[in-house]
Amino acid sequence: MDELQNLFHGFAVAATLPNLGFMLVGITLGVLIGVLPGLGGANGVAILLPLTFSMNPTSAIIMLSCIYWGALFGGAITSILFNIPGEPWSVATTFDGYPMAQQGRAAQALTAAFTSSFVGAIFAVILITFTAPLLAKFALEFGPAEFFAVQLLTFCSFVGMSKEPPAKTIAAMMLGFALAAVGMDTVTGQLRMTYGYTELLKGFGFLIAVIGLFGIGEILLTMEEGLAFKGKSAKIDFRVVWQTWGELIRHWKLFLRSVVVGCWMGITPGGATPASFMSYGMARRMSKDPQSFGKGRIEGVVAPETAAHAAGTSALLPMLTLGIPGSPTAAVLLGGLLIWGLQPGPMLFVEQKDFVWGLIASMYIGNIVGLIVVLTTVPWWAAILRIPFSIIGPVIIVICAIGAYTVNNSMFDVVMMLVFGVMGYLFKKLKYPLAPMVLALVLGDMAEASFRQAMLISQGSMNIFWSNPLVASIAGLAIAMLVWPLWGAAKNLARQRELRAGG
Amino acid sequence: MMSGSAEEKDDSVGVRWPELGVALLLVLLAGLVIKDSLRVGTGWADDGPRAGYFPFYIGLALLLSAGWVALKQLLNWRAHERFAERAQMASVWAILWPMAIYVGLIFAVGIYVASILLIGYFMLRHGKHGVALTAAVSLGVPLFFFLVFERWFLVALPKGPLEAWFGF
Repeated sequence: MDELQNLFHGFAVAATLPNLGFMLVGITLGVLIGVLPGLGGANGVAILLPLTFSMNPTSAIIMLSCIYWGALFGGAITSILFNIPGEPWSVATTFDGYPMAQQGRAAQALTAAFTSSFVGAIFAVILITFTAPLLAKFALEFGPAEFFAVQLLTFCSFVGMSKEPPAKTIAAMMLGFALAAVGMDTVTGQLRMTYGYTELLKGFGFLIAVIGLFGIGEILLTMEEGLAFKGKSAKIDFRVVWQTWGELIRHWKLFLRSVVVGCWMGITPGGATPASFMSYGMARRMSKDPQSFGKGRIEGVVAPETAAHAAGTSALLPMLTLGIPGSPTAAVLLGGLLIWGLQPGPMLFVEQKDFVWGLIASMYIGNIVGLIVVLTTVPWWAAILRIPFSIIGPVIIVICAIGAYTVNNSMFDVVMMLVFGVMGYLFKKLKYPLAPMVLALVLGDMAEASFRQAMLISQGSMNIFWSNPLVASIAGLAIAMLVWPLWGAAKNLARQRELRAGG
Repeated sequence: MMSGSAEEKDDSVGVRWPELGVALLLVLLAGLVIKDSLRVGTGWADDGPRAGYFPFYIGLALLLSAGWVALKQLLNWRAHERFAERAQMASVWAILWPMAIYVGLIFAVGIYVASILLIGYFMLRHGKHGVALTAAVSLGVPLFFFLVFERWFLVALPKGPLEAWFGF
């Protein structure tokens, strides 16, 4: 069992006192980020990334990934107590979580949510522990054509699986690629699309885009909804935790099902948000009493939380092994790896053993620390939410501006943050998906490089994507994903025609 | 707009203008991408694909997809869907313009003074908080960030004449 040995070595790396301290700081910041409107996993990590440049990469990624776990935990608090999803993936948690809080069962709902998150994450981490080395070994054989095919599959799955209109998904994605291409071309050294502006030499930083799109955009949306926080208060004592755990054990089948849904959606770039909805829908359909969902069923909290956390965690699997993130937050972490000079992908498992296994071990410890932190500090977070938005709002704007400035010490970036913010608001309102755009912005250079290398090998012939069974099946799957919406549209059209013929 | 039916008199902003505007903006950006890709060359050089090879097709795909969205909106012009209510737009605007001025002020007086003004304005104008609380938060938060960044992390943020007067 090579993996177990590596994992124990990883625990030795992760469980040092300073690293445990970073974990605690990360989890606390993460919950705070998850609770506050306008700050989420992706832009929270993006804002804090520049502060970690001077840390050693292992400690830095442990802290940043703990921020991510914390944000996943924190989203549940606002959903249950305030009926306001702090994060998109906790929207489904509000359906049954808030009714439970209204009935005075907030403590049970919160315990169920945190425990489910924890279970989902732990299963996903176990999955990562045992499949990541295999996947990495497999991917070592990949050439540029295979890498490009996998990237193509990632992006095509967005078109096939998102609920937004396909044309808008493609447009958002292509905008991401186009923005990534701005600046100096790494191969030929030529300037592209700068139109004479020296500020554009470096291109558009994806960290700036993330802070603007998710941070400022979210603030604008929050203003529009005119939030008045009117929440339930909650205190969790250990008797309730104990009782709820006893009750939860009876739902082990639900847990397993939600974990499977979550892991699948996290590895394919479906992400945590669709995973939570899908899992909630499945739990309702398979229940004996579907009518009672939405009125405060504990299963309605367990299903989405387990799936969201499993998806959020397993999104790191393709990020570590293939260099392809499964979610915007994973994309930001990937950007961090690149800045620290670590090339994500299969070689990471060969060259940076300490780093990889330290990170994986920290996922186990981080989630245990997280569970304890959130169970003991809930009243405090609920109090933070009572601070009016007229105070929180401008403070978050200040934090975003500082975060954007510190990436490159450039005022141009702060202006761009504002532009991206307005764009994020418009895109959200007009149903352009943001996740594929951010992923395209992060992966753009890599995708272009592998595409050009593949073209070099084949001397410009597209046939290279059909040249062996492996690349052909990945590319074929990608094409299938791309035309999937057409199949749906064709079915709709046929049905309409039938209706017209019948009526 | 001419028909003046009951639906169009409600207090909301329609989705069609923003939809068309964003789609046309994307088309324009696609045009810029394609134009510059053609300039650097989209073909094949001795040492492999030229710099415009990949972006050219990206631009083309953006042009087609955004063009499709715009076209669909034009064909569907009569359908009235809601973008947001006027009151909602007003509150978005109420935070958008102070934000823009804030960014402008950072250039002039540095990030700390600008932050004091932004938080102070927002708390007084929209929160109707007392002067004491407003002063405490709007001075305390930037001061906290000043200590964190300039003192502990040694990250220099934009500063203006006030900080210079204090010797920073």
